[in-house]
Amino acid sequence: MIDQIASLGRSSIELVISFGRAGRFLAGVLSGVPRPATGFPLLLKQLYSVGVLSLAIVVVSGLFIGMVLGLQGYTILSDFGSESAIGQMIALTLVRELGPVVTALLFAGRAGSALTAEIGLMKATEQLSSMEMMGVDPLRRVIAPRLWASFLAMPMLAIIFSVVGIWGGMLVGVEWLGVFEGSYWGNMQASVDFWDDVVNGVIKSVVFGFVCAWIAVYQGYDCVPTSAGISSATTKTVVYSSLAVLGLDFVLTAVMFGNF
Amino acid sequence: MTQRTTNITVGLFMLAGLAALMFLALQVSGLSPKSAESTYTVYANFNDTGGITPRGRVSMAGVTVGSIDSITLDKKTFQARVAMSIQGDVDNIPADSAAVIRTSGLLGEQYIDISIGGEMDSLKPGDTFYSTQSAMNIERLISNFASGK
Repeated sequence: MIDQIASLGRSSIELVISFGRAGRFLAGVLSGVPRPATGFPLLLKQLYSVGVLSLAIVVVSGLFIGMVLGLQGYTILSDFGSESAIGQMIALTLVRELGPVVTALLFAGRAGSALTAEIGLMKATEQLSSMEMMGVDPLRRVIAPRLWASFLAMPMLAIIFSVVGIWGGMLVGVEWLGVFEGSYWGNMQASVDFWDDVVNGVIKSVVFGFVCAWIAVYQGYDCVPTSAGISSATTKTVVYSSLAVLGLDFVLTAVMFGNF
Repeated sequence: MTQRTTNITVGLFMLAGLAALMFLALQVSGLSPKSAESTYTVYANFNDTGGITPRGRVSMAGVTVGSIDSITLDKKTFQARVAMSIQGDVDNIPADSAAVIRTSGLLGEQYIDISIGGEMDSLKPGDTFYSTQSAMNIERLISNFASGK
């Protein structure tokens, strides 16, 4: 009994410690002054690997999610004879919720896990400590470009996701099921507000990108440098990122759209 | 992959993202450069605003000419004071026009319709509508009908 209470206390203290370490780690990464000459090529390389290479999965998922929304929305709305509201439904769902959230989940699975595994393996093969020996700060050389690249790539991916989804919804709704194209776009434009809907969706995706990238690089940097350690760190990245995204999504939605 | 190819693909990726944002702004949310044009504010007092909300539509003969800015309670008269911004180029609303709260369709949203008066003078920025007609309240209508008033 006493042991159980003690282990509960121990794990809570460890939780607090890991939060503290993650915060100090983030401060260490962000406080480094970026040097444009060396930093920019590194940033571009990371943008390529987290952004451009994630594009395929984001575009394909966006297309299918838009098409499913079109099909489901049509079936439900045609019961009420208001299938022309399908454009508004698809656009609001994608721009406000599904775009940022699903992209962040895909991003955590596609790019976050790769970041963790890469940094973890660098740690396990002692590349990070040899950099320190050479006087190169691994936080600035390895971690910072990855963090900033994810931070920039995530909103872009979320916006592309929404646009492809809206196009996929039009493909099903207008081309296939025969909703009038004018009312598809007209209802959409009447109900979607640029600042309240689009910009809030982008803010959400920025927050998600930040959280996913932070979790991924921290888990990689902090992992136990063995093969089992890297695998558990990668798993943790995906699990923690997904939970953080879904939890934060509720908080952000309540703040942005809750009207209180 | 060479540095140059990487640069080009990343550049294309960023451009695709910005193009998608432009698409969301112009095509999806219908944000037009025109919306930044000048507006002026006029006021109207209503006994009952019903379901109108800020950002709602203000129209004239069915054409949208402005939007509702704010709805506040006037503590002296216990009426609702609605501020609405009207597009700058619609500057000749007759001064005796009435602001009427209407519903689009049977269950649609409520909006303010300006029914045109006949006076030669027109409303100036900061003016208040002389006559208004409040939201039609179906419950009140039915209870009036039932009690024979």
